[in-house]
Amino acid sequence: MRIALAGQPNCGKSTLFNHIAGYKAITSNFPGTTVKYTETKTHINGHTCTCVDLPGTYSLTSGDPAEVEARNHLLSGEVDVIINVIDASLLIRSLELTLQLLELEVPMVLCLNMMDESQRKGIQIDIEKLSKLLGIPVVPTIATTGKGLKPLFMEVVRILEEKKTGIIPHFSRDVEDIIRQLILDLRTEFKLQHHVPSRFLAVKLLENDSFFVDTLPDHDDMSVRIKRYQAKLEESHGVPADEVISSERHALAMNLSEKASEVVHPPQRDIRIVIDHWAMHRVFGYVIIAVVFYAFFNFIFSIGEYLEAPLMNLFNQWMNQLKGSFREGSLSFFLSAGVLQGIMGGVAIVLPYLVPFLIGLSLLEDVGYLPRAAFLMDVFMHRIGLHGKAVIPFILGYGCSVPAVMATRILEFPQHRFIVSILATMIPCAARTTIIFALVAFFIGPNAALGIFALNILVVAISGKILSLLFPYPEASLGLILEIPAYQLPPLRNTLKKSWYRVREFIVIAWPILIIGSVLLALMEYGGIEKYINWILSPLTHLLGLPVSVGTTLIFGLLRKELSMIMLTQALGTTQVLTVMTKTQIMVFTVFVTFYIPCLATIAALWKEIGKKGALLAILFTLSVAIILAFATRVFFGIIL
Amino acid sequence: MLTTLDQIYENKKATVTDIQGGQGIRQRLGQMGIHPGDTITMLRYGALRGPILIEVHGSQVALGRGIASRIIVEEVQ
Repeated sequence: MRIALAGQPNCGKSTLFNHIAGYKAITSNFPGTTVKYTETKTHINGHTCTCVDLPGTYSLTSGDPAEVEARNHLLSGEVDVIINVIDASLLIRSLELTLQLLELEVPMVLCLNMMDESQRKGIQIDIEKLSKLLGIPVVPTIATTGKGLKPLFMEVVRILEEKKTGIIPHFSRDVEDIIRQLILDLRTEFKLQHHVPSRFLAVKLLENDSFFVDTLPDHDDMSVRIKRYQAKLEESHGVPADEVISSERHALAMNLSEKASEVVHPPQRDIRIVIDHWAMHRVFGYVIIAVVFYAFFNFIFSIGEYLEAPLMNLFNQWMNQLKGSFREGSLSFFLSAGVLQGIMGGVAIVLPYLVPFLIGLSLLEDVGYLPRAAFLMDVFMHRIGLHGKAVIPFILGYGCSVPAVMATRILEFPQHRFIVSILATMIPCAARTTIIFALVAFFIGPNAALGIFALNILVVAISGKILSLLFPYPEASLGLILEIPAYQLPPLRNTLKKSWYRVREFIVIAWPILIIGSVLLALMEYGGIEKYINWILSPLTHLLGLPVSVGTTLIFGLLRKELSMIMLTQALGTTQVLTVMTKTQIMVFTVFVTFYIPCLATIAALWKEIGKKGALLAILFTLSVAIILAFATRVFFGIIL
Repeated sequence: MLTTLDQIYENKKATVTDIQGGQGIRQRLGQMGIHPGDTITMLRYGALRGPILIEVHGSQVALGRGIASRIIVEEVQ
């Protein structure tokens, strides 16, 4: 059997899912974190079931691709039970989706999540009454602490056995009459066999939902009929048919909320209101955002620096021991050195920065600061020709480019997705951030590293301007419409679990690649192939004033960005980078690595999201940007140093 | 007196009377709980004509000025 978790963005679906699945879905206090669904197998009362975590959708009307994905899954006919997760503190808005889900005629359980938040707001919900009004079980939960989950799953099993669907509340009589007529027409006159429940289909057709209108067989008479019904609604209500339906649904939701809940005391004024007063202030907000990111930066750097130096020393000792036990220049020496390089590169260079970075990022996400940052930054996004939701992929890009590219699915226009995908890959991901820290901050100083991050933002902004001029997109694109969720004090355990989930991804996927890469390089050095690659790349390394031997590392960096750094010490033959590279060269190398061609996984994601041509363009664009910037860095540092 | 949402002062309330624009914008706003007849509280303006922050049905929503200027409202006295 198949259970689907459906609900509006940021209502806690993924948190709930993680309680079932262990940690498998990335959660954060940011609407739109999940853009594709995650599945897990689990056992409930002896039943084996598949549980699906769907992307959050505000409604079942076709909007962006993430919403369409969720809706199509619900309509696939494979879902046996829907758990509709709703934020109990936002009852009216959430019930609008619930009303549409009921129309799917699938057994459903309503999970009233975030009960703690709604109590704080002074909202008292009559659970039994709500359950009676909707004809489905309603279970209060607090997913962050796991409270109420057991009763929730007992209800899921019960409703599954009963196969009982809920009550679909009625719209006004005239609207219901038209819906009934349309259903009748579809069934009798057009003999329409549609796998979608007829009422749901009729309502969507009246709402002029393009997806369902397009699935209809080409039948002039039918579209004329639908148009006539829409006109009838418009005539009697004075607004377009889609607005009639949405207003009706809104009225029903308000009515349900009024019947089943009451405000018993005014919302408790808590510290969060004071925090927001400053955090979103039009002047101090920017001061705070600067302080937050500066503190974040120093947190990573101080931990990383503290760990990198002693680990590097240990690594050097072992390397020297290797030189003692194997004949230098022998194959076994090259092989064991390659393995050691790969393993220790991960331990000494990557993890000291990656772990604090991921913990800090998870914390910022879970607390809910990122939507505030999006609010503050929107005005600058406009300046570079980008609007609204585009900021979400950018913020995700600081974690990893792959989810950032996938997150562009929340944008409605393909042209918009195209530009934002390319720009998002230019944001330094965790891997590149590690490089910036371990090379520039460690060897040159934290301010130089900050400079690279600042340069990056500037370059992304200019690139945005250039790309949006080259590939204009429709002006009709909407501006920012973003929910700003309340701050949450996440259970530290969740944040740490999430960080661990991401660190594990490095250990399982990236680290083996790093080790294999190091061994390959060692073999190539042994076989002398490395020289040819370096020779082929020498025009580039000469142009940038880099040691010829770093050429190979740039090729390997395409597999995993961290690889180019780990291999740098290998290619140079020493971990005392400063003895063989000048500070200028370190800067040039890092700038180049930060901007050039996205890693393979990201290219694959780009290919999937914006097509072959788009991926190719991204490669060419980022490569040219990297060469220009690295050369400019060389010239600039040549002058000032 | 009718005006647009972006003209409402901070901490004032206004009732939506109309949303100018096509189905797309109506749908997006509707999903956030903003329909004709709803009451909105203006919480704050962003800097440099940046987005505005409003409260509607208990949730906070950031809206770009462009969109806010297409929401026709009547200020609640």
